[in-house]
Amino acid sequence: MDRSNPPYDEMYTADGHVRPHYASYADWLTRQPDDTLRQRRAEADSLFHRVGITFAVYGEQDGNERLIPFDIVPRVLSADEWRKLAAGLRQRVRALNAFVGDIYHGQDIVRAGLLTPEQVFCNPQYRPEMQGMDVPGGIYAHIAGIDVVRAGQGEFYVLEDNLRVPSGVSYMLEDRKMMMRLFPELFALNRVAPVEHYPDRLLENLASVAPAGVAAPVVVVLTPGAHNSAYFEHAFLAQQMGVELVEGQDLFVRNGFVYMRTTRGPQRVDVIYRRIDDDFLDPLVFRPDSVLGVPGLMSAYRAGRVTVANAIGTGIADDKSVYPFVPEMIRFYLGEEPLLNNVPTRILRRKDDLAYTLAHLDELVVKEVHGAGGYGMLVGPTASEAEREDFRLRILASPEKYIAQPTLSLSTCPTFVEQGVAPRHIDLRPFVLSGRDITIVPGGLTRVALRAGSLVVNSSQGGGTKDTWVLES
Amino acid sequence: MLSRTADHVYWLGRYAERAENLARTLDVQYRLSLLPHDGRSDLHGWTQVLASLGLAGAFAERHAACEPHKVIDFLAFDTSNPSSILSCLRAARENARAVRGSISSEMWETFNATWLEARAQAPSRFTALNIAEFIDWVKYRAHLARGVVLGSMLRDEGYHFMQLGTFLERTEGVARLLLVRLACTPAGDADGAVAHEYYPWSVLLRGLSAFEIFRRVSRDTVSPRRVLEFVILHQHVPRSIYRSANLVYENLQAVANAQSGETERRAGLLHAELRFGTLPTLAPQGSEPFLHALLARAADLSDRIGRDFLGHVA
Repeated sequence: MDRSNPPYDEMYTADGHVRPHYASYADWLTRQPDDTLRQRRAEADSLFHRVGITFAVYGEQDGNERLIPFDIVPRVLSADEWRKLAAGLRQRVRALNAFVGDIYHGQDIVRAGLLTPEQVFCNPQYRPEMQGMDVPGGIYAHIAGIDVVRAGQGEFYVLEDNLRVPSGVSYMLEDRKMMMRLFPELFALNRVAPVEHYPDRLLENLASVAPAGVAAPVVVVLTPGAHNSAYFEHAFLAQQMGVELVEGQDLFVRNGFVYMRTTRGPQRVDVIYRRIDDDFLDPLVFRPDSVLGVPGLMSAYRAGRVTVANAIGTGIADDKSVYPFVPEMIRFYLGEEPLLNNVPTRILRRKDDLAYTLAHLDELVVKEVHGAGGYGMLVGPTASEAEREDFRLRILASPEKYIAQPTLSLSTCPTFVEQGVAPRHIDLRPFVLSGRDITIVPGGLTRVALRAGSLVVNSSQGGGTKDTWVLES
Repeated sequence: MLSRTADHVYWLGRYAERAENLARTLDVQYRLSLLPHDGRSDLHGWTQVLASLGLAGAFAERHAACEPHKVIDFLAFDTSNPSSILSCLRAARENARAVRGSISSEMWETFNATWLEARAQAPSRFTALNIAEFIDWVKYRAHLARGVVLGSMLRDEGYHFMQLGTFLERTEGVARLLLVRLACTPAGDADGAVAHEYYPWSVLLRGLSAFEIFRRVSRDTVSPRRVLEFVILHQHVPRSIYRSANLVYENLQAVANAQSGETERRAGLLHAELRFGTLPTLAPQGSEPFLHALLARAADLSDRIGRDFLGHVA
């Protein structure tokens, strides 16, 4: 993690040789004139617009939907790299599910002294409404998006576990579709593991956690509506699974069951894949001003008459203040050594961590524990003196709200930018499905920071996406 | 199917058809303005178009004087007019977007691309001075969308609700077009075969893509009475009022539920009257009162469909 070394590049070794699993692609790439690549990229843009693969940006009220820039150079993982990563992801998600179950039942991990009671109970992500309630199969995070980066010599680090309503999987699928359309010859040259079956797996997974005794469960996708930034994905997943895309106003609770309003009267709903935050799900229990939710949903949920995926209250496990303890969770619940690295994290509630951080602000990344999407973050090495000073004051005012991590030199991947093909930093979000089994579709969403040197890959901050290939051999 | 989804596909059908009907209305009026006429009768035609759409007031708020190119601009491109072609194309696209998971991808892409292209080209390629090109383009996109719907949409409730919206809208659109023409036809001429009425009424037939069919099936000269009979009652003309009402009834039967009996009865009655009636028995007071009553019946059906299926509150 020494920043004086050049970052790990996915395609090239430090001495400039092409890595073996990139050989066939690199060979093809050198034979493509820049103009052809430019033309294909323009073609991709116009296709994405027509297909309406767009997102709305918060704060831009003109109603224009924007494209997430798509990069035509794929990110390639070898079969071996993927095997190791997938094993680590399975392990991590098993432990995280066990943790959430424990927190909402006996709290063994608190008794064992690994977490303090206030870390759990004073955390705004802890939902007392979930205490003592059993969920089907003991699964809480049915869909997890685990953000992984590579640093150092290419080791994988988990940056963040997204266990609430992780998004981006539609881009994984659409990016693949686009690559196959633009460069069909590449798929003849390389054995790329398919990802198109994700919606089937997702539906299977959701049906597997239906309330006990329901033979043919009715699954729905619950969206905040067409103005939500991820609406395309909600509609896309509902369509691909062949289930209804509902809004809160389409659902109601009667006699303890959840129904949707249809042209032929009420129809019972068994599993709700919700893409709405906990706070907005049920105005009777959470935010009373929410018009997105369904009054009475929580009571039907607690009575076991409907399954909500992901479960309510999973935020307790992906909160940045809890993140540093995930390796301990793996040891505690599974009795295994973690297969994936956590980023060494300083917890500013601790006096010595605070002092160290304030003395090394220019080297560290400081994150708000409850922030998300790249907001509320200081990247020390690239921030201005004024920004660092501003953050110093904010940290001093409430140190418990922050954690600090070394600035990882994220791996780079060749990317087609204005000047041609050049290295840009990337991350990876694989999607882990937990139900009766754990399934991971090979690959995930690779996000790329399109500005030279930038480490911020979030789409809301100018990041793009790439197709992610896992080679089968 | 979700009531809200049904509502969106119903309105998708209505707005897409409305855009096409408007284009055809503009087409007719524009072609008429190319015939020899005095300036007053041309203006009278445009005023009647605005009146038939209930837009005279909205137009007067924006424009001091009624000039043909201003009316064209207002009806085709003015996005502050919720009934303009551009606004209808956008509304169709927004309704499609709201249910893009329930319609075929090809359908969504077609409605999306139509709106994107209209928006991109309206200020440059498409203008009021060059309206014929825009009209042709709108008709072409409508033909394309119809083909995509026929070729890719599951024949489930969603399809029937979309067809319901389409054909109710067409019933109204064609009735309005006839009313405009009648308002521009001198009293006493409407029922007779008058030579100088040949051009306006054949232009109307062309606007409905029905001129050649009329020639083939009627084997007679164009007269107001024959055209009215043909456009209102013919069983096999794609845009006739009878055929639209018939398809409203058929699609309504396909989605019938426990509370829709009375709505079906009313749609069935309208269908039967047009199927077995003749113009003199249906419209003893003349075609205009008949067409106004028809518009009221179509509005009643739309309200009832909203209450019976789409979750609208009475």
